[in-house]
Formats: sequence, C-alpha cells, structure tokens
Amino acid sequence: MEKLIFEKSVSGRKGYTLPRLDVEKKELSELIPENFLRKTSLDLPEVSEIDVARHFLKLSHLNYNIEIGLYPLGSCTMKYNPKINEKTAFLPGFTELHPCSDENFAQGALALIYEIEEYLKEITGFQGVTLQPAAGSQGELTGIMLFKAYHKDKGDTKRKVILIPDSAHGTNPASASIAGYQVVSIKSNTRGRIDLDDLAQKADETVAGLMLTNPNTLGLFESDIIKISEIIHNCGGLMYMDGANLNALLGIARPSDMNFDCVHINLHKTFSTPHGGGGPGAGPICVNEKLIPYLPVPIVVKDGDKYRIVMDTPKTIGKVHSFFGNFGVFIRALTYMKMLGPDGMREVAENAIINANYLFSRLKSKYYAPYDEYCMHEFIISGDNQKKLGVTTKDIAKRLLDYGFHAPTIYFPLIVHEAMLVEPTETESLENLDAFADAMLAIAAEVENNPEIVLSAPHNTPVKRVDDALAVRKLNVSWFQKF
Amino acid sequence: MAFVPNIEEDRKKMLQTIGVNSINELIKVIPENVRLKGDLNLPEKLSEYEVYRYILELSSRNITASTHVCFMGGGAYDRFIPSIVQSIIERPEFRTAYTPYQAEVSQGTLQTMYEFQSMICNLTGMDVANASLYDGASALAEACLMSHAHNRKTHFLIAGTINPFFKRVMETICSGRELTFEYIIASDGTCDLEKLKNAVNEQTSAVIVQHPNPYGTLEEVHKIGQIAHNSNALYIAIVDMISLGILEAPSEYDADITVAEGQPLGIPMSFGGPYLGIFACKKDFVRKMPGRIAGITVDADGNRAYVLTLQTREQQIKREKATSNICTNQGLFMLAATVYMSIMGKNGIKEVAEQSLYKAHYLADNIIKIPGYRLSIQKPFFCDFLVETPVEPSIIINDAINYGFLAGIDTSKFPECKKGLLISVTEKRTKEEMDNFVNFLKKFAE
Repeated sequence: MEKLIFEKSVSGRKGYTLPRLDVEKKELSELIPENFLRKTSLDLPEVSEIDVARHFLKLSHLNYNIEIGLYPLGSCTMKYNPKINEKTAFLPGFTELHPCSDENFAQGALALIYEIEEYLKEITGFQGVTLQPAAGSQGELTGIMLFKAYHKDKGDTKRKVILIPDSAHGTNPASASIAGYQVVSIKSNTRGRIDLDDLAQKADETVAGLMLTNPNTLGLFESDIIKISEIIHNCGGLMYMDGANLNALLGIARPSDMNFDCVHINLHKTFSTPHGGGGPGAGPICVNEKLIPYLPVPIVVKDGDKYRIVMDTPKTIGKVHSFFGNFGVFIRALTYMKMLGPDGMREVAENAIINANYLFSRLKSKYYAPYDEYCMHEFIISGDNQKKLGVTTKDIAKRLLDYGFHAPTIYFPLIVHEAMLVEPTETESLENLDAFADAMLAIAAEVENNPEIVLSAPHNTPVKRVDDALAVRKLNVSWFQKF
Repeated sequence: MAFVPNIEEDRKKMLQTIGVNSINELIKVIPENVRLKGDLNLPEKLSEYEVYRYILELSSRNITASTHVCFMGGGAYDRFIPSIVQSIIERPEFRTAYTPYQAEVSQGTLQTMYEFQSMICNLTGMDVANASLYDGASALAEACLMSHAHNRKTHFLIAGTINPFFKRVMETICSGRELTFEYIIASDGTCDLEKLKNAVNEQTSAVIVQHPNPYGTLEEVHKIGQIAHNSNALYIAIVDMISLGILEAPSEYDADITVAEGQPLGIPMSFGGPYLGIFACKKDFVRKMPGRIAGITVDADGNRAYVLTLQTREQQIKREKATSNICTNQGLFMLAATVYMSIMGKNGIKEVAEQSLYKAHYLADNIIKIPGYRLSIQKPFFCDFLVETPVEPSIIINDAINYGFLAGIDTSKFPECKKGLLISVTEKRTKEEMDNFVNFLKKFAE
C-alpha cells in the first residue's frame, strides 16, 4: 500500500517554478471584487519534485501493462504500442498547435486529418468519415444520431427502435438509448450468431436500424451478414457495425461490402494507440453516401493543394467534440498505418486469427468451448467445468494474475455462463501464447487438485483480493469527503 | 513484419496444432462475396525513420505556440507544463494499461484516479468527481443528461454566454432525449438577471452558467444560483479550473454540478485533443453520475486498496438503463492532470491564476491606450478579454503571424458571439512579449 500524495504533503514544500511576475502586482480585490474571491481553502499537496517523481513511479509499479506481458482482454485488442507513435504524437508542431488556429496556419494538422480519413475510408470501403468521436461509444452515439437524422430527413418519424443482439457490448444499448431510441434485443442462435427468425420477426417499420458487432463478441464472423443486411434494409432500417473487432478483418473484408451503412473504428484497439489506463481512445465513424450529409462539423476538405475547414453544413447533426476529436490519437494511428501498409494490415489480421485459434485449440481440452469452431481474432471459453468443482471464472481470473498474466474479459458476453473472452492479438509470439496456455492449464489442474489456492487467489499481487462490495457500502471516493 | 513476432515456421507449427493447412481454412466462414479481392489500395509501408520524417514534415507546416507568442485561449490555453508531467505519462505502466478491471494489478491507475477525484473535489468544493469524461463540452452534455435523469424535466436555461463549442456539443448530444435550451443573454454577453427570473419556473431542469464566461467576464454566480434554486432547478457551473486558484469554488455559490475543460491542467493544446472532461457534483447525485469512479476498500488482508466502484451505474452492467454510454475515457490525461495538480500544489495553482490575472490586466490596460482599441465589456474579467479593434480582427491575426504573434481568436467566426478579438494571457507571457505585442497593435491605430 502506497501512501496517498496528500499524506506525503509537508506544509511549505514546493515542486514548481514559474516565470517571474514582471508586471505590477496589485491587491486581488482591486481587479476582482471581494465577493468573487475564493474563501474555502485549497488543500492540494505541498510536495517537492522528487516526492512527485517517486510517488508516481511507485504507483506505476503496481500496474500490469502490455510491456510486462500478454493482456488477453477480449474485444479490447491489447496489442503492443510502438514507441514511434509517441515520438510523432509529441512533435511540438502538433502539441503546441492551438485548436482555433486559422486553417492557413494549421495546414500540417489538416493534411494529417485528411490523410487518416482517406486511410479509414479505404479500410472500411466507405465514402464519408468523421474523426470527432472521442471513443468507440461516442462513435456509436454519433452513428445512431446519423440514422435518426436520415430517417427524419426522409420524413419517416415512425422509427423508434434499434435492434441489438443479446451478445452485444453494453455500450450499444446505452448509446442507442441516449440517442432517444428504444432498444429491442435479438436472440443469438446455438451457433452464436443472430437468430434470423427472431430478427425477421422484429424487423418492421418501427425499426431505425440494427447495431451489430462483426466479428461478434463471441469471436465469430456473422456469416449470414448479407441476409441480415437485407432483412434490415427491406424494412427500411439502417445497418450499424460496431467496429471494436475490426482487427480481425483488416485487408480481409470490409464493412461496406457486408452492406453496413456505418461503422465505428476504435483507433486505440485496431490501430495500436495506447489505452492509457482507460483512455484516451478515438472512435471515428465511416459512413456511406446516404449518411454523409448529416456528419458532424467541421469537415476538412482538400482544395487543390490547400486544406480547408468547412465550419457548417445544412443537414449536419452538429458537433460531438469541441474541436476535431482526439487529434493526438490520430497522429499515433496514422504513424502505425503508414508503417503497416496494405500487406502489413492483412498480416496483422491473419496473425491475430492464427494466434487466437492456436490458443483456443490448446485450451479446449480443459475448458468448455460453447462454440466449438474456428474463431476469428478472439474466442470464448467457459468456466462451467470448473464451476462444478466450486471454482468460478472470477477465481480463475484472479489466479492468472499470480502466474504473471492479465486475465481475459470475464462474464462477457452475458449469454455465456462463466464466460472468458480471450484475445491474444498478433503482437504475441508463440512462446508467449504457450506460456499463457500452460498457466491456464496449470490452473485447471489446480482446480481439480488444490482448489483452495485458486479460491484464495491472487497471492503474489501488490494487494490481495479486493472487497468490491465494501467499496459500495462504505463509499469513499474523495479524500476530502467522507460519506 | 515489425510488430508481428511470429515467423513462418511458428505459424506452420500453430496451424498444425489447430489442425488446418492454411489461414484460408480458418476464415472460410467469411462468405466469398464479402471478401476483399486483392490488397487494400493504400501506400506501400514505410520504415520507422521514413514515417518519422514524413510526420515531422507535416508538423513543421503548422504555426504554433512553440514558434510564436500565443495570445489565443477560448477554452484551450498555452499554459506552462512542468517536465515531470510528460515524464510520468510516458511510463508504459500507465500508458499501456487498460481500464483497471482487475483491481489487484491496477492499483497504480486506481490510486491515481482516487487522488484525481479528490483534487477535483477540493478545487471545486464538490463532494464527488468522476475520473474523467472526453472533454469539457461532453462533460456539459452529461451534466444536462444527469439533471434530466434526476428531475425528469427537459428545459434548460443558459445564464449568459457559454463557449460556442460547448453549446453546439450540448445541443447535439442532448437532442436524443429532446432536451431544450433557452439562452438568457444581456447586450454585454453576461446573464440578464431579470430575464432569467422571468424565464425560470418549475419546468426548468437546470440553469447553466459559465464563469468566467467565454469573454473572460465574471457572472453574478450567487444571484443566478439563487434564481435557479428558488424554482427547484439544478445549478450547473462551467468553470476554468485554473481560475479556481483565486475565484470562489462553485460550492461557495451552491452549484450542484461543476464541469470544466481540464486541458489547462498540464495537457498540451494538441489541436484540440486529447483533453479532459471534468465532472463533479454534490453527493446526492453520486448514483446518477456518468463515468468511472474509484473508491477505497480493503483487500483480503485488510489493507487499504482501491477499486472501480458504483459500477451498477455503468453500461457494462445496466446496458440501455445506464446513466451514460461512456466506457473509454481520457485516463492518461487524468494522470497528467493529477501530476500537474500535485507538482503545482496548494500554492502553484493560485500563483498561476494570479499571474494570469495580473498579466492579462497589464496587457488590456496597455491595449486600450492605443487609439481605436477598446474593451468590449466593462466588467471584471479573469485572463481573457474581448477587444474592439480599429480594423477587422482577421486582418490583425493574419498580419501578427509575420511579427511572431498568435494574436487571439476572431469571435466573428461564431455567429452567436459578440464581435471582436478575444485575447488570452497566461502565466507564460512576459512583460517584454506583451510590450512588443502592443507595439505591433499600434500599427492599426486610428
């Protein structure tokens, strides 16, 4: 346990220097009326630079991260983040650029925006793109708002429903709901795909669209995709693809060819920008001609060899970000894309798929595989076999931490009991995959022979198993406020 | 390939274990008619060095605060960032970790979140803060959604001018829930208190104020709050985090929700992102808040530990009934802000605020001595001010580049704003830079 920075504070200590105040210093109240001045105390820490350096370095050592080892969180695509991405993102010509700069003074940034948009169009096969959404779920919200604007523009006001498979990410229904839609869930069939009968039954004139992840959250390609698109388009709805799993499809198949109308891309997954302990991400969306008129503004256009900013368009939904989106993430993603090139992209997808299938084949002997077929870039196993022996998926996940690995995504998707969704990514070598598989198999053996060690895991981590319930019961979320 | 360690031999071995001869057997499930024929039509791959040169060249086409003296603000500021901020956010342990779902191996991120939340609470005087939203604008939109979820009312009153980007984002994101917005603005851009009194009623979900407003002007935040609360509306304050070093904490004027753009807290301008959405509120609303929250608990040995808490608010559990759709946030820049607030500390933020205030007033005093220039608004201001200029602001801005200045923002770009040159001054500016800028502006004197 590391002390809080507040507990390290010593009155009078100082860690910063500022330029000298070289203009006249007045009484604050000469410039700001007394009643506007702060009365409550500021209790930020008083620490020196070395205190801060050591504090955060010690905290950093408590974190698992991609540079320690395999991070197999399914649907999160925890691939290695190349160092060059950071170098380009921190070039002063970008970091010191003000977002309200006149277009003439931001030609390099606008060129970069234009270029990454062209890349994303080619990768998805679509004609329009906006980079504004700051993360995948904001991309979803933006996409569904485009659907709404499209239907409204056509004078079609009866569409109140977004269809979403029961295996979908939680963000899908949450985004649809914020866009003002009612969510209707579509069943998955025994093959882990959308149940076409259920879909056909629910696809009527009230449906604004379907949100579908492909490959889906079970790591399976929706092989009926053309039929699905047809059902939705025939009822007048639109097709939204959650592109969280695009890593599996790079250079192999494109959302436009599956007759989707819109897709969001998680640049922080597929295009290798770091997750930062929760963010930032970037969730650009690509759309076909139908939806282009409604895209958020501003829009960057190329005019000869000049780049221009179009501030407004007649049918735009508006804005979802103050400026152009998470620009620093675009620099990293473009750097990565340019290093891959077309053949590199396909190599990424193929190796992601091979790695997942290899790991799957090694784990199937001990872990139940509810969908036993070749997977795409990730796969589902269940802790059902172990549950019968009194050990849950959560216990297995905690035990994995002892073996020096991060756990997979657990208890998701919701349709699989004791689910473990495993995505190794293409940046793991065969040796790392084997080490992970060996750990998983060793844990399966422990469940049979020495379940106690699994039930009481983790043992070697910076803290022992944490009490989630207590945190809710005795809420303490600020040092300055006890509940 | 550089980022794929496995070689052909590895792949062969793996395919053999899987029980297939080639990758094609693994992707047979993708119907032929949706497969890409041939390669993507993209430029050939470049080496690391070539890519670096390419991106470097793009970056060199921009005119920035590293080459020019910056008087641009309007929500994104050229503030001093201590070196330690960059050094810590470069640590792969923070940079390459995921959202801290497995608390036992994520205590570094979780404790940082807790410290961040605490510092934001202290600065704003609010009881609780989340561990970041995307940016200030989306934080405002989330505040409206939360207010609506709390009192089920749909009408919002905006007391005075708010940042035009915030306005547009708020209106866009809240359109799904059909929230409506009414702007109560006097001719000087601040809130018209009489009009506000007449407009507010029991149907008002919340009253929103930006303080200082986009022109830098202070608003009558106590009176506005009383008007809101008299009609049982919530009170939402948009603040400048640095200003809180000297200006009242929003708790002092009884705001229910405080939102802010966190960029001034140690985050580079980076052409608008990634930034940091700050969201804090009174404890009554904690179960309706958007975003990740870290809390204190104990581990199996009884030691203090941190976890993501109140997750039943969130989309991964509540799906369409979640308080927000947010998942990925701005974690790394939450860390940057935490390091910034730690190193600047109790006195540093105050000093940054004071220097910005004094320097802004020095510059304003000297600009208005030039014939043809005057302040558009005669009210107390913090570090931004709007100037009426003898020629179109765009002429000044374009010419200033040749003299090494980013002169400010031309507010005529925003139809809803008063016209003028919006000038912002931070602690980085020196007397010499400002004197030179004033000399430059004399060029256009009447």
